Amino acid sequence: MTEPGRRLTRDLMAARIAAEFGDGWVVNLGVGMPTRCSDFVPEGRDVIFHAENGVIGYGRNASIEEAGRYVVNGGAQPVLLEPIASIVHHADAFAIIRRGLLDVAVLGAYEAAVNGNFANWRIAGRKGGGIGGAMDLAVGAKQVFLLMEHTTRDGRPRLLERCALPLTAAGVVTLVMTDLGLFEPAGDSFRLREIAPGFTVDEVRQLSGAPIVPVPDLSEVTV
Amino acid sequence: MRSKVVGSFGEAVAGIEDGSSILVAGFGEPGTPHNLVAALYEQGASDLMLIANGAGGPREDGIITTGNLVAEGRVSRVILAFTASTHPSRQTPLEKLHEAGEVVAETTPQGTLAERIRAGGAGIPAFFTPAGVGTEVAEGKEHREFGGRTYVLEEGITTDYALIRCWKADTFGNLVFRRAQRNFNPIMAMAADCTIVEAEEIVEPGELDPDLIHTPGIFVQRVVSIPEAGGRLTVPPLMPAARGRQRS
Repeated sequence: MTEPGRRLTRDLMAARIAAEFGDGWVVNLGVGMPTRCSDFVPEGRDVIFHAENGVIGYGRNASIEEAGRYVVNGGAQPVLLEPIASIVHHADAFAIIRRGLLDVAVLGAYEAAVNGNFANWRIAGRKGGGIGGAMDLAVGAKQVFLLMEHTTRDGRPRLLERCALPLTAAGVVTLVMTDLGLFEPAGDSFRLREIAPGFTVDEVRQLSGAPIVPVPDLSEVTV
Repeated sequence: MRSKVVGSFGEAVAGIEDGSSILVAGFGEPGTPHNLVAALYEQGASDLMLIANGAGGPREDGIITTGNLVAEGRVSRVILAFTASTHPSRQTPLEKLHEAGEVVAETTPQGTLAERIRAGGAGIPAFFTPAGVGTEVAEGKEHREFGGRTYVLEEGITTDYALIRCWKADTFGNLVFRRAQRNFNPIMAMAADCTIVEAEEIVEPGELDPDLIHTPGIFVQRVVSIPEAGGRLTVPPLMPAARGRQRS
């Protein structure tokens, strides 16, 4: 199927989500696309990035030559430390999560549903999975943002009325950034806040597995 | 004070019997005891129970990982936060053996895994956590409400052995980790009956500031110097840097 617009790039999606981070927020970035967000913190805003491995106060992604071999983020990728950085062990990193100190966790996902449920740890037909820190983050962080592709590689929707895959957590998602726009789970639909340039609401609807309700003042995704 | 330093990685893993339970530290590259894992691979113990963040590999660059132990059928049970690749197109040896019923694999939330190890190492048999409630990982487990919220009971973990990597150790086994090397290492060191450490540098007692020691030597049984035992100090990273570019 040919599409009229161009889907948003991963960098643009990461930058758009990063624009939501408030000054002084403590933020955890999940493996995959979300770890890019630490490269896109808006000017003048202090964001404290927390990783599951106990690295608190890291900054942008870097080469291993620049970062050294001792500093990695939650995706095990080299990052730089900010001057306020501190290090704790894994159990304390999760104590911070469960204690409710994270303003947001940005996670990747296979599926998101209108009721705020999401699935990101096991794909269909598999016995094992990769939970990582997602279940702890999903119940510990004040908000959960998802950064995900709108459809599967063979074109099936990932935004659904109900998740088909095993859940990571129920009713926790507050914002979903896909390569087609910015959405909010709204109970029985996804509220479409911003749309990828070149796409119409009907085209987004055709690529979705749940009702899509655009906000009255719908704008294009910009950073 | 008798030194806990042994001269080779082989000596360090000597006596690990078939059927042992083993904690393997590390998150990505930092803190992963590659030399001890390679020595365990050489040593031959099987029917192992492996508890770690994940068990990827075997790696294409020839570095021996716990994935090699799994691939050769030396592991019969695992508790991991990642029992499958996060990428649908790849399938690890563990996934194949798990699906064939040859390995019993428990997938657990990473924070629950860390706390189970911390609890085990702290003499706490079980605890309640909100992580996983309402999902498959909480099925069949005891649930309880505290302050109107539902929690699931998870049990502490203790093991026969822990394999640890540190930055500096003294000959008594006091340990200091550098940066993200800490991860699971200090809590795993506390949860095993026999904690075995590969150190990037070994110093004499008194050279490490007691205020800055992360793991007291009373939790450590054996220490081996990576450079003196001819080990691999650095290993190519598992993950490349994220491709996000910096905004100017």
